[in-house]
Amino acid sequence: MSRRVPVFRLSVLVFGFAFLYVPILSLIFYSFNKSRLVTVWGGFSTEWYGKLFQNDQILNAAWLSLKIAAINATGAVILGTLAGLALARFGKFSGRTLFSGMTTAPLVMPEVITGLSLLVLFVAMEQIFGWPQGRGVTTITIAHMTLTMAYVTVIVQSRLSTLDDSLEEAAMDLGARPAKIFFLITLPIIAPALVSGWLLAFTISLDDLVIASFVSGPGSSTLPMVIFSKVRLGVSPDINALASIMVLLVTIGVVIAGILMQRQEKRRQRDMQMAATGK
Amino acid sequence: MIAKAQPPSGQRHSAGAQLILRVLQQFPPYRWTQARLLKWGVRGRTAVVAIPYFWLLLFFLIPFVIVLKIAFSETQIASPPYQPLFEWAGDKMLHIKLNLGNFMFLVEDNLYWKAYLNSMKVAFISTLLCLLVGYPLAYAIARANTTWRNILLMMVILPFWTSFLLRVYAWIGLLKNNGLINNFLMWLGIIDEPIVMLQTDFAIYVGIVYSYLPFMILPLYSNLEKMDLTLLEAAADLGSRPFKSFLTITLPLSMPGIVAGSMLVFIPAVGEFVIPALLGAPDSLMIGKVLWTEFFSNRDWPVASAVAIALLLLLVIPIVLLQRAQNAEARGAHR
Repeated sequence: MSRRVPVFRLSVLVFGFAFLYVPILSLIFYSFNKSRLVTVWGGFSTEWYGKLFQNDQILNAAWLSLKIAAINATGAVILGTLAGLALARFGKFSGRTLFSGMTTAPLVMPEVITGLSLLVLFVAMEQIFGWPQGRGVTTITIAHMTLTMAYVTVIVQSRLSTLDDSLEEAAMDLGARPAKIFFLITLPIIAPALVSGWLLAFTISLDDLVIASFVSGPGSSTLPMVIFSKVRLGVSPDINALASIMVLLVTIGVVIAGILMQRQEKRRQRDMQMAATGK
Repeated sequence: MIAKAQPPSGQRHSAGAQLILRVLQQFPPYRWTQARLLKWGVRGRTAVVAIPYFWLLLFFLIPFVIVLKIAFSETQIASPPYQPLFEWAGDKMLHIKLNLGNFMFLVEDNLYWKAYLNSMKVAFISTLLCLLVGYPLAYAIARANTTWRNILLMMVILPFWTSFLLRVYAWIGLLKNNGLINNFLMWLGIIDEPIVMLQTDFAIYVGIVYSYLPFMILPLYSNLEKMDLTLLEAAADLGSRPFKSFLTITLPLSMPGIVAGSMLVFIPAVGEFVIPALLGAPDSLMIGKVLWTEFFSNRDWPVASAVAIALLLLLVIPIVLLQRAQNAEARGAHR
């Protein structure tokens, strides 16, 4: 193949990435705008960042969302690992078709349906069992775990199915108990998948507006719900400031995670090579 | 080769894991639970399946059954705002009040038909636009050299990690009458008056294409990346022009990727709520928005449930298509 990048492909890349990044960059740019009218440049200023950190409503909502996201991601990784393990390693078990259907369906389900159905479940449960009492952090977390465990399941399952199970079999032949095999062999191997699954579950939860709106109760407005109610009334510069901070944090996080994972992967490959060639 | 140079990293990990396992085993509840479970004949394996299975049954399947039930119930002004479907009458008789009224209401009221058709239209056009933008991009990334490929791929995924809501919000600032795009075009002198873009269907298309582009690019990329390039070389040797080779070789081979990507955009786009709510006209009819209004503004749970069931039925075909495309991809990968 030719080494020169053809003009067509280069221009596709330039326009494509401009489309992806100009909106985000414009958000950041106008967050430093002095003027209240978001799109009229009134000079450089950081006053919106100051205003943002005095806005208790946004700060409380952000803290609530972070808490929910962290609990959700941890729970989703545990449930998703179990489900992924079952799907990738257990072969046929009774009810497998229904199980695998239920793990992938949340991925394609429209959010309005998931939100509505979980709400009616919580209402029915409260009527019958008296739990959960009212709706709030607990119900949002449960709803998010149900959605995000599907993502973790897919990640874990695909990770496990690309790795052959000879290590696990060897350990089993040597008499290791299944739990031991899982903690000593399988878990270290799928650790990178678990990290990315945790991050994905965390982000999805932090980002979700629709499902949270259905299953939240009074006094438990998450950050997206607050942003949505503000944005609906029009553009406001402190939301731009908030967006810039989030973009910055995400970029740092993704870059660090990317570097760490690449390093891990390289080390794993080197180990594999050593195991294969070194005597 | 000397293997002792460095202990494989696996050992370091397992040392930590071993410690955790040992501590866990010392923990009395662990042993107690283990003994109990073994007595009942429950092995670890069963528990591994049972926990997520039970979770999904409770929080995913049962809710749908309840939605289905409510869709056939009658509205009442109470909490919860629907009447029970089954009622035990005094003499141990089960009365079932099946109310088809909600579905009849959907069929008779023009609003719902329009909303369904419009959602399908918007989702279809946006998916097509997304494919037109996404395919060349995925192609260009898949044909870049290895170092660039990973960087470009990360750049495609990066916006996906930032808030969806804020990315949609960014477009308000761009599309407004006095927004960035209009100001730029007027400054260039191309237009004299701002073009109305916000609160139109156009804005919804842009929003959907922008938000769901990674879903289109990723399956296309993974398909195009593993394509056998020697096929193209053979075609070139036989005198085929690049464009013809693309049409007769690359495009047909990437069909599973096209279907998977299109369905990944189409399915969520049909039920989309945030994008039409923020970028579309206030009276734009999208089914996700109708459901939201029925539920939150009109508090009509039975009609909202009926809308949800109808929406789900509408999505059965695209979901089946997606499943088949993904299976085809998986088979291709193992070949």
